Amino acid sequence: MIYRESGDFSTTYQQDSQTFPIKFDRYRYYVLLVLAFAVVPFVINDYWVNAVFLPFLIYSIAAIGLNILVGYCGQVSLGTGGFMAVGAYACYKLMTAFPDVNIFFHIILSGGITAFVCVLFGLPSLRIKGFYLAVATLAAQFFLVWMFNRIGWFYNYSASGQINAPERTVFGVPVTGAETAPWAAYLFCLVFTVVCALVARNMTRGMQGRQWMAIRDMDIAAEIIGVNPLRAKLSAFAVSGFFVGLSGALFFAVYLGAVEVGEVFGISKSFLVLFMVIIGGLGSIFGSFAGAAFLVLLPVFLKNVLVGGLGWPTDLVEHMQFMIVGAMIIIFLILEPHGLAQLWRVAKEKLRLWPFPH
Amino acid sequence: MKQKLLTAIAATMMAASPALADLVIVDTSYRTGPYAANGIPFSDGYQDYFTLLNERDGGIGGEAVRVVECETGYNTEKGVECYEATKGEGALVYQPLSTGITYQLIPKATADGIPLHTMGYGRTSAKNGEVFKYVFNYPANYWDGASLAITHLVEQNGGSLDGKKVALVYHNSAYGKEPIRTLEGLAEKHGYELMLLPVDHPGQEQKSQWLQVRQQKPDYVLMWGWGVMNQVAIQEAVNIRFPMENFIGIWWSGSENDVKAAGEKANGYKALTFHNLGSDYPIYADIQKYVVDAGNAAGAGDQVGTVLYNRGMYAAMLAAEAIKTAQEMHGTADITSQQMRDGMENLEITEAKMAGLGLPNFGPEFKVSCQNHGGNGFGAVSQWDAAAGEFKLITEYYQSDQDVIQPLVAEDSAAFAAENGIEAGC
Repeated sequence: MIYRESGDFSTTYQQDSQTFPIKFDRYRYYVLLVLAFAVVPFVINDYWVNAVFLPFLIYSIAAIGLNILVGYCGQVSLGTGGFMAVGAYACYKLMTAFPDVNIFFHIILSGGITAFVCVLFGLPSLRIKGFYLAVATLAAQFFLVWMFNRIGWFYNYSASGQINAPERTVFGVPVTGAETAPWAAYLFCLVFTVVCALVARNMTRGMQGRQWMAIRDMDIAAEIIGVNPLRAKLSAFAVSGFFVGLSGALFFAVYLGAVEVGEVFGISKSFLVLFMVIIGGLGSIFGSFAGAAFLVLLPVFLKNVLVGGLGWPTDLVEHMQFMIVGAMIIIFLILEPHGLAQLWRVAKEKLRLWPFPH
Repeated sequence: MKQKLLTAIAATMMAASPALADLVIVDTSYRTGPYAANGIPFSDGYQDYFTLLNERDGGIGGEAVRVVECETGYNTEKGVECYEATKGEGALVYQPLSTGITYQLIPKATADGIPLHTMGYGRTSAKNGEVFKYVFNYPANYWDGASLAITHLVEQNGGSLDGKKVALVYHNSAYGKEPIRTLEGLAEKHGYELMLLPVDHPGQEQKSQWLQVRQQKPDYVLMWGWGVMNQVAIQEAVNIRFPMENFIGIWWSGSENDVKAAGEKANGYKALTFHNLGSDYPIYADIQKYVVDAGNAAGAGDQVGTVLYNRGMYAAMLAAEAIKTAQEMHGTADITSQQMRDGMENLEITEAKMAGLGLPNFGPEFKVSCQNHGGNGFGAVSQWDAAAGEFKLITEYYQSDQDVIQPLVAEDSAAFAAENGIEAGC
């Protein structure tokens, strides 16, 4: 079979703690990275970028962010849409206030601002947990959307209350605005996604990640063995907020270009990202990607097949999509409650122990 | 892996769609979601008119029209996906029927050289064609609507609104916020007090807003609503016994779907319109014969003659006339989107033209020019007659207050031009 070994044979700690302990996996990921950076930009067009790749990459960052909070640290959050809005509006204010600064720094700064806001709303987590915390973060969602709709300063007092991304360039190539080439927008987001995945992966397998997981599994026990719950919880909120803010900024600046907060960053966005995390797999970086791919690509795919391929009426297809996606989510969660990542892990284990899996 | 498989399959499906040398019109409709009740009749009317041209006249100038439908659900992300998916087919013009999607598409469509027709919605300052070269919003826009409503009230009050209180119940989005600036400008001129009551998307929750109406007792309520928000607002107004003849909706808040739910009590509700109502026009005989009876009607075929069906048909008529203009200008039947833009910019709608199309007296006359992409801002007020079950025009077509609107258009479009580095000019 593909995996030509039976089991792991690590002889050093370095080998044991690798991100991809299996050689075959490792090479496959290198090949994937080369493909993503060196091949895709040359063949990509407007449709692929705007319908498939940008939403996939940007939602992946958001899912990684939320996964750190919910999957690794066990702090349920329903405020993702609101935090993405913070990233988007921070990016807009920075872009218009400092037009000469590179957009790259604006996006990172937006992440930082979101991290700060996220920590503020994470403070109640020190007292409450579970469903109660979900409701507290839900308040953040509604409050932030209300605030961005209400206070004119955030949208520079424009008549419509919308924010529009002006053109900004990286190395002279526009990455926001209407003149952006598909490959530029794609590469810009890809860089952020890959770096975020790397950072998240390394954080979660190090000391920080272990503290988060200890808090998730049992906070009292974690405290007894010396984990500071305040630091662990708030750092999870900060890191998660940073990633979610990045994704919000990219979502606004690169993907949509103009945003209406109530519609784009409403409560449904929070649920969408949460579903990505749950379907992809709680506590798994790969799961964040898998979940984002599942929920972004499946509707587009169904639409292309049913409308483009079979010629069904568009409204029927839209309703079928609700049913199919909904049914698949339920089926997935019944068959594999730990999500796509676990499914993948099990498949891999079976392949490696082939022909006699246990 | 899964992603690659999906994209590979999707790629083959996309590659399989053939590129035909037709006149391609994209209908970015929404037949699902909280705005579907209003999206369906508009889309039906839009498609049926092109079907009629194909069946009766063999297309436009001998070239068949191919309508590509794409469901947006009034959702911006899906709207962008629809635009990207369909623009490659040679789309001549987009009619997004959503202010949010319009804002997304203005820069994209301008870069791609595809005109947008945002009839009676979208970005109001797109009226200034010197800045928005690819955006058209004739025959009237929101600021015209705001002004028309106020002019109507001024007339009713013997020339002055001094000391009156006017409330604006609006969808809390770019769409609903558009008229605020104009209403503020008009408040200075006419001396009324403006009260703002935002309603959040999708608009089912309006109890507190109407409680405020009850407390503050405004003399008049204006409404910028769409979809489910209209129904709820009219029902709430009925519940607090707000006098219906003092309640005026913008043209997107005045269809049968919005008032029927509230029953008899909604009688007297007013709404603006920029085209005529009912199905008493020669064209409906043709639609019945060539489209409905022939089994070619879009959707369920049960919307013919409703307010929004008429509006969709009117939008399609304006698009078809622009295509004809473009075909005459460039001497070719198979026009491109660039040529379509020229056709739209030189469009002239006269009474004789409309009568020839079987739509006598259907809408105001107007002429588009390079400076003015927005028409002349003529509109009328209609009123709901619950017993007859239809909206009826109660005024003549009259023009909006251009003295207030023109400076605002100039100011807003200049700001857009400065933000985006556009050099204005014809």
